[in-house]
Amino acid sequence: MNFIKKYEFSFVQKSQRIVLFLFLIILILGLLEALVLSPEDYLQGDSVRIMYVHVPSAWISLGIFSLMALLSVMVFIFKNKFFFLIAKSLAPSGFVFSLIALVTGSIWGKPTWGTWWAWDARITSMLILCIFYLMYLITWRIFENKDYVYKVTSIIAILGVINIPIIKFSVDWWSTLHQPSSVNILAKTTIHSSMLIPLVIMTAAFALFSLLIFLMKYNTELIKIKNKGLNRL
Amino acid sequence: MTLNFIYMNGYGVYVLSSFLFTLICFAGLYLATRAQLIKEQNKFYVKFGELNSDQIQEAKKQKIYKEIIATETFSKI
Repeated sequence: MNFIKKYEFSFVQKSQRIVLFLFLIILILGLLEALVLSPEDYLQGDSVRIMYVHVPSAWISLGIFSLMALLSVMVFIFKNKFFFLIAKSLAPSGFVFSLIALVTGSIWGKPTWGTWWAWDARITSMLILCIFYLMYLITWRIFENKDYVYKVTSIIAILGVINIPIIKFSVDWWSTLHQPSSVNILAKTTIHSSMLIPLVIMTAAFALFSLLIFLMKYNTELIKIKNKGLNRL
Repeated sequence: MTLNFIYMNGYGVYVLSSFLFTLICFAGLYLATRAQLIKEQNKFYVKFGELNSDQIQEAKKQKIYKEIIATETFSKI
């Protein structure tokens, strides 16, 4: 039985607990800031608080898909299947975040725009991203044991990444219901610090959650490989 | 105070349902991933328990399963 422990990737398992603990602490702090301490918007009132779940979800889903596409390209360059395992483990949390962004955006749309849904460039491109995530996950589920699953999932990730700049710049390229971005890395951020702080805290909490799910999923994939290794003995 | 927090000047239903939906998604994804992990771990324990002493020795020679990823063909992962 001691040998079994050696087989376990104890680092991954220990880090899961640490990440879970950190996530819960930061989430509680973020919820307190987002729901209680942050001010209401002068125009949108308290409905602006939806931003604290909507925006981080959208950012993280975009980031995860970009990373998945990068990993898919790296597989072809470095011929290392290890990157597939990472991309596959990232996909579930990316999908859930894109779903959260769509649903919370729809809920936010009702009091702000007076409608649950509009075929606005940003919303539509975000829906396309969600569909790409779904295609990626379904492909893995259906063709798990087929040779071509790696090629198909890579093509989905690489094609899907074309949509990422469309989502990002849709508010600048077209006249949409969405306002231009208020938080910028290169340009001036136009959001007040009393709203920026909870937004950053919630983004950190969501990033930790995606890291937690990634570690768990990655560990699951490694154990699957161990099981197949034992079958061959 | 509590009622004001829930009501949020008429936006409470939108704000709280957004947060609730997010937390439900988090809980669902966490529980589903955890269940999958435990299932695979249990499979591993069962399979390892069925090995004879020679197979255990053979398994011990396998340093780390990362090597399996590096050496196997795509179809066998």
